[in-house]
Amino acid sequence: MTAHFLQIENLARRFPQPGSKEPTTVFEGVNFSIEKGEFVCIIGHSGCGKSTILNVLAGLDHPSDGNVIMDGKVIEGPSRDQGVIFQNHSLLPWLSTLHNVTFAVRARWPNWSRAKIREHSVNYLEMVGLGEVLNRKPAQLSGGMRQRVGIARAFAIEPKLLLMDEPFGALDALTRGVIQEELLKIWARTHQTVFMITHDVDESVLLADRVLLMTNGPNARVAESVIVDIPRPRERATLHEQPGYYPVRNHLVEFLVRRAKTLASAARDTDPRHTPRTVNPVKPDTFPPRPALVRSG
Amino acid sequence: MNRTATLKLPQYSGRNLTLGLVRGADTVRRRLQYPALGIALLLALWWWGGMVIANNPDTMAFASFAPGPTLVAFWDLVSTGAVWSPIESSLQRVGLGLVWAIAIGVPLGVAIGYFLQLRQLTHVPFQFLRMISPLAWMPIAVLAFATWDAAIIFLIAIAAVWPITYATAHGVQRIDPMWFKVGRNLGAGPYHTLRRIILPAIAQDVFAGIRLAVGVAWIVLVPAEYLGVTSGLGYAINDARDTLEYDKLAAIVLVIGIIGYLLDAICVRLIKRSSYREE
Repeated sequence: MTAHFLQIENLARRFPQPGSKEPTTVFEGVNFSIEKGEFVCIIGHSGCGKSTILNVLAGLDHPSDGNVIMDGKVIEGPSRDQGVIFQNHSLLPWLSTLHNVTFAVRARWPNWSRAKIREHSVNYLEMVGLGEVLNRKPAQLSGGMRQRVGIARAFAIEPKLLLMDEPFGALDALTRGVIQEELLKIWARTHQTVFMITHDVDESVLLADRVLLMTNGPNARVAESVIVDIPRPRERATLHEQPGYYPVRNHLVEFLVRRAKTLASAARDTDPRHTPRTVNPVKPDTFPPRPALVRSG
Repeated sequence: MNRTATLKLPQYSGRNLTLGLVRGADTVRRRLQYPALGIALLLALWWWGGMVIANNPDTMAFASFAPGPTLVAFWDLVSTGAVWSPIESSLQRVGLGLVWAIAIGVPLGVAIGYFLQLRQLTHVPFQFLRMISPLAWMPIAVLAFATWDAAIIFLIAIAAVWPITYATAHGVQRIDPMWFKVGRNLGAGPYHTLRRIILPAIAQDVFAGIRLAVGVAWIVLVPAEYLGVTSGLGYAINDARDTLEYDKLAAIVLVIGIIGYLLDAICVRLIKRSSYREE
């Protein structure tokens, strides 16, 4: 077996297509792994199946092919080992800030006392700066505060794997920046294993240890695994002064603008056991470029 | 009133209190003026109708339907306490009918809202049954139940069950699928999903259904009490008609209207309390 914490093997997802016998293959031959405590972002254009991969990892969707193995066990359904932060805060509107978190904590540790559940929940809400608004309902919070509650809830259940589906997509740029830094702080304290979907290159450079790049769908693949070789702790204000910043950022942007498309048409001919090429744009020499993705049969 | 000027006034507490009272009275006046006007218009219409009836030789016998005699009879009913006994019997019947309607309608509505197949299966039969006037069941109810009371409660329940069922089902269908996803992700089983997600999510719709049901039940009650029973507001109306006490009859109609209004107000309060949507 494998020594990786999370191992995704030959994952594929096909959806039946109305009016056609052939199902649409959103993605196939997806192989990658994540180590414990690693922060991994995945970027790709809309429709490449990022959210579907995340749902499979969450156990909320089933792959048409392939396996997900976490900590030596195949993921077959939702469990308390996977926590998800959804794009639209997804708080229960009839519960207060505090109860949205205690609801989750109680489900995770049913045997805990009321006081302990409360203390644990308050602790995480304070970490995201919401200690003052425990009794407010989601409707009385700003968009940023709601998303913070979602973050506190997901971290509070201390999942083995934290999945984030574009958690900041719906926020304005200023709020997004503030919450990204809060996320970094809380992550630095807990060292959760994180798998995060984003559309934002700068966000991935700020947050991730590694960025997975997907080609365009249908028949999408994970083409590259880009190492973000920038020391931590990182800060938004000084990130662009880091020597690694521009090489990484340019590499990601270049992929998304040009190669996501060209590789997509080439990908169909590749080996199904294809693993993404590991790239370190900061030290390109340490990882000599492998032959082109297309191989002759 | 010049608001900018009042803001610049020195902070004399007495003065502020007066201003506060004036402003409070102002909001009360603004909030009540149209409802008060509505009530006044209804009374005027009633009074005018009474005049027309009293001045027509053919209908003169019914002149005590007018507001004057009615309000006297109403005061008589209230001050002697005679009004309470029919109210009690009627409320008891409506209450029991509603309890049955809720006990059947809410679980049925949750199931219909949740399972598409059940929704399709029940659609035609339920719409068919729903469209039958509850009063059409009267002969069957009388045959099927041993007591008149039970028959009336059955009629109320069968009238009230549909709005509750369909409001509940509609509420379940409106639940944000995200909440189920969140629940599953947090490891909620079927019981917890029902208790912690479905029920709080639909409470508002259930109460809205109950509000409609109360209206229907209260309407069905009176004709149902024309049946064999010897108590309740419907019976009191029939009784007053038989003894030609038209002022008393009109007074009981007034009582029915007032209680109906109060029941509706309670439901509105419940809907507001269970509401979480931003509106």
